[in-house]
Amino acid sequence: MKEWSNFVGENWREHIDVSSFIKANYSEYTGDESFLVGPTENTNCVMETLKPLLKEELEKGILDVELKKVSGIDNFEPGYIDKEHEVIVGLQTDKPLKRIVNPFGGTRMVRSALQSYGYEWDSEIDKYFTAFRKTHNDGVFDAYTKEVRAARHAGLLTGLPDAYGRGRIIGDYRRIALYGTDLLIKVKQYDLDQLGPHVTDAMIRLREEVSEQIRALKAITSMASKYGFDISRPASNAKEAVQWLYFGYLAAIKENNGAAMSLGRTSTFLDIYIERDLKAGILTEEGAQELIDQFIIKLRIARHLRTPEYNELFAGDPTWVTESLGGMTKEGKSLVTKTSFRYLHTLTNLGPAPEPNMTVLWAQGLPENFKKYCAKMSIDTDALQYENDDIMRPIYGDDYAIACCVSAMQVGKQMQFFGARCNLAKALLYAINGGVDEVKGTKVVEGITPITSEYLDYEEVMKNYEKVLDIVAGTYVDAMNTIHYMHDKYAYEASQLALHDTVIERLMAFGVAGLSVVADSLSAIKYAKVKPIRNDEGIAIDFEIDGDFPKYGNDDDRVDSIAVDIVTKFSNDLKKHPLYRNARHTLSVLTITSNVVYGKKTGSTPDGRKAGEPFAPGANPMHGRDNSGALASLNSVAKIPYKNVCQDGISNTFSIVPDALGHEREEKIDNLVHIMNGYFGQGAHHLNVNVMSRDTLIDAMEHPEEYPNLTVRISGYAVHFNRLSKEQQLEIISRTFHEKQ
Amino acid sequence: MKNNNVGYIHSIETMGLVDGPGIRFVVFMQGCPLRCLFCHNPDTWNPNIGIQMTPLELVEKIERYKPYFDKNGGVTFSGGEPLLQSEFLIECLKLCKEKNIHTCIDTSGVGGKNIEEVLRYTDLVMWDVKAFEAQEYETMTGIKIEESLLFLEQCQKMNVNMWIRQVIVPGINDSEDYIERLASFIKPLHNILKIEFLPYELLGVHKYKELGIHYRLEGTPAMNQDKCDKLYQLLLKRLS
Repeated sequence: MKEWSNFVGENWREHIDVSSFIKANYSEYTGDESFLVGPTENTNCVMETLKPLLKEELEKGILDVELKKVSGIDNFEPGYIDKEHEVIVGLQTDKPLKRIVNPFGGTRMVRSALQSYGYEWDSEIDKYFTAFRKTHNDGVFDAYTKEVRAARHAGLLTGLPDAYGRGRIIGDYRRIALYGTDLLIKVKQYDLDQLGPHVTDAMIRLREEVSEQIRALKAITSMASKYGFDISRPASNAKEAVQWLYFGYLAAIKENNGAAMSLGRTSTFLDIYIERDLKAGILTEEGAQELIDQFIIKLRIARHLRTPEYNELFAGDPTWVTESLGGMTKEGKSLVTKTSFRYLHTLTNLGPAPEPNMTVLWAQGLPENFKKYCAKMSIDTDALQYENDDIMRPIYGDDYAIACCVSAMQVGKQMQFFGARCNLAKALLYAINGGVDEVKGTKVVEGITPITSEYLDYEEVMKNYEKVLDIVAGTYVDAMNTIHYMHDKYAYEASQLALHDTVIERLMAFGVAGLSVVADSLSAIKYAKVKPIRNDEGIAIDFEIDGDFPKYGNDDDRVDSIAVDIVTKFSNDLKKHPLYRNARHTLSVLTITSNVVYGKKTGSTPDGRKAGEPFAPGANPMHGRDNSGALASLNSVAKIPYKNVCQDGISNTFSIVPDALGHEREEKIDNLVHIMNGYFGQGAHHLNVNVMSRDTLIDAMEHPEEYPNLTVRISGYAVHFNRLSKEQQLEIISRTFHEKQ
Repeated sequence: MKNNNVGYIHSIETMGLVDGPGIRFVVFMQGCPLRCLFCHNPDTWNPNIGIQMTPLELVEKIERYKPYFDKNGGVTFSGGEPLLQSEFLIECLKLCKEKNIHTCIDTSGVGGKNIEEVLRYTDLVMWDVKAFEAQEYETMTGIKIEESLLFLEQCQKMNVNMWIRQVIVPGINDSEDYIERLASFIKPLHNILKIEFLPYELLGVHKYKELGIHYRLEGTPAMNQDKCDKLYQLLLKRLS
C-alpha cells in the first residue's frame, strides 16, 4: 500500500499488530526540550474562540445539550469550533461543548441530569426508552440479589456502574490510522466466519458482538465522511494519522458515556508519521506541534452528561482522557519520542488543564532529559501523574495503556470490567457491630456475632473482620457479574470493541476505599487500648483510644504490614469466586474524590476518625498522621503489593510546597526526579504530584476568578480546582502538604 | 550486645531538600550550647530529652531511604548542635560510611569532642557562621568565638569540603558593610563548595511562646528575599 511507503517490518502487515509497527519504525529521542516551539496562529485563534464558551460553561454547569437525538456514532451533524483555523476537526455533536443524551445506561440518570441543569428531555424519546427499550440499569435491578441491594444501600459498595456507563475500555484508535476501516472490517468479517463450530451461549453472544462491531466500523467511516475524510484507507501522512486516530476516539465518545473514556498510548505511534513527514520536508516543527496542539484541544472539550450526585463521587466533570507517555520496550529501549515531549508541551502552549490525563510511564531507564522535562512540567503545571512501567511491563508487556487513573491493560487485547469500590472501613465496623450498619441501623451482613467486650481485642476483631470480608467479597462479585452481564447486553461499546482483537482477555477490576483508616484502626486496637462507646442498640458509635499506636505513613512495618495483609486477604477472597466471561480478578486502592462521600457515610472508626470525616484518598495515609516526612509516607505506600494483589493500581497523591522542594529551580527538578526514582525503584505503583502551597489553594477558593486554570491532581486524575465543591476544596486543603521544617 | 551509646533525637525529616545537597535524611539532634538570637528550634536546646536511639537503630532507618539519595543525597545531622553528642555522632557517621551513605553535619562547630574523628567520617560540613568577629559573635550566640574558629581551622587542615551558611537578620547583619567584611573573611578559605544565605524567617517564633521562653528578636520582621538576594550577589562579586 502506498500509505505505508518508507515503513519497515513485516508482522504488522500480515496481522493487526500496531505494537510491532511501532517497534519497527519509531525513533527514540534522548535529547532535551529545546526543539519545542510555541503555538501557531491557527491554534491561538481556536483557543480564543473557545475561551468564552468554556467560561460560560463553568458558570452554567453545562453549556448546551442535544435533546432531539440520543448517543450514537453517526447520529450528529458535523460540528466545528472555528472551521477556518481548525487543523484537526470533529466534535461530539454539531456544536462545541454541547452534550449528548445517552439513555442506554439508564433513563433515570438522564432525567435527573437534565433536570438539575434546567432541561427537559424530549417526551417522544423518553417514551421510547421507557416503553420499548430496556436499559442497562433496568436489567441490573432485575437481577440483583437482596444482599447486593443491602450492601449498595448502606454504602458498603458504592459507585457501582449500574446506572451509568462503565467506561475504562480503550479502543486501539491507532488501528484506524494504520490500517483504514476497510481492512479492519475485512478482518472482523473473517473472524466472524471462523467463530464456531458449536453455537453455544458464549458463541452466540460473540457472533452478535462482532456483527455489531462491523456495523460500528461502517458508522465511523460514515461519520468521518461527513467531515470530508475517507478513513476506509490508511492515513497517508501525519495530519491524516492524527485525524483518523481522533475519529476513532470521537466515535467512542459519541457512542458511550463511560466513567473514564481513555485514549491509550498514542504519542509514539503518531511520532512515526510526523518523523516521516519531517524527513520528506512536507512538515515543519511548527506544523507538527500544531497537529498535536489541535488534537489536544479536541480532547480537552470532550464532555458527558452527568448528574450532580455523580459529581459528588467524581468531582470536576472528569472524562479521564488518559494518555500514557514514555515507558520502555521489553528489549530495554525507551519509547520516548519527540512527540512525547510535544504532548506535554501542550500544557505550555495551551495552558495547564486536567484533560487529557497525562500519565508518564516511569522507568528507571527512561532518558534523563525526559525525566527532567516531566519533573519540570509537574512543578509548573501539576498536571502529570506517574506510574511504574518497571512493574507493569512484566505483566502487561510493552504496549499497554492506562485507563482512568491507574488501570493498566494491553491496548486492543484486554478490556476491563470496571467495578468501583468497597468501603473497607465500614466493613470493619460491621465486624464490631455484628453486620449491622452503624449509620442506617440495618443488617447488611448476616452471620456475624457482635463484639460486646469493654475493650476491643485484636484477635477477636480480626477474626470477625476476616469473616465479614469473606462474605462481602462474594456479594461484591455477584454485583459485578450482574452489572457487566447487563452492560454487555444493553449498552455494548461496539465502536471501542471493534478496535480490539475479536478474542480478548477481560479484567474485572474491584476496588477498596478506606485502607489507611482500617490499618490505623487495627493498629490502635493492637497497640493501644480502644473502648467502643455503644448506643442503646449496642452499636459502637464512637471509640475512646488510650495510648499511642503506630500509624500508617511513617514507614513503620508494625502498621504497614496490617495494610498489606488486608489487601492481600481481600484479593484472595475475591478470587474464590468465578467471574462473568472468565474475567481475571484485579484490585485497586483508589478513591478518586469519593473518599469524601465514603467518609460522610461512615461512622466513627477506632483510629480516632470521627463520623462523617473524609477518608484519605487512595492509598494515602490519613491527613496529618504521617509525621516523619514525605519519604517515610512514600515508603509506607510503596509496600502495598501490586503484582497479583492490587494489580489494578495503588493510587498515591503527593503534595509539596514549592520552597520545600529545593532552593533553586534546577535543584528542584533534580530532587523531584530522585524522589520518583527512589519511590518507583522500590516497586511502588503510582504517584500524583502537586507542587503548590496551601495558601494558593485558599486564595483560589476565595478568588476563583484569578485562578481560571489552576489544576490540582487528586487520586489518579487532575481537575480544575474551580470545578470542585466547597467541601471537596476544603478536603484538599486539609491534606498533608510537605513543608519545610 | 548491649550498646550504651544512645543518642537523643528531637525528630527526623525523611525528605530534607534544603539541608545539604540532593535529598537528605535529616536527623535533628537534641542539645545546643549556643543561644542564637534568631534560633528557630529552641525546642532542641535541652540535651536530655527526645527519642532515644542507638547508632545502629538510626542508621538502619536511614538506609531505607538509600533509593532516593542517588549520587548526591545522603544523611544530614542537624539540631540542635550535633557535635554535642560527639560519641554517638561518630558511631553513626562510621556506620553510614560503611554503608556508602554520603554524610553531612550542619553545625556551628561548637560543643564537640574528638573533632578530628568526627571530620574523618564527614563528607561535607555545613558550617553556620553566626558571626566572625568576637563581639558580634558573642552578641549573636551568647558564647565566645574561639571554639568556632578552632573548628574551622581543623576543617581547613583536614581539607574537609564545606558549605558556609549565614543567616541574614534585618538590622543585625543585612548591611553591605557586613557583607564586605564577610567576603574578606571567607576569601582566604579553601574547599568551600557553596555559600548559602538563609533569610531570617518567623517560622519558629511560636515555639518560644509554647516553651515560655522570652524571644529576644520580638518585632524583627522576616528578611526580605530580594534584599537578601542582592546581598548575596554582592558577596559573590567580592569573592570572584
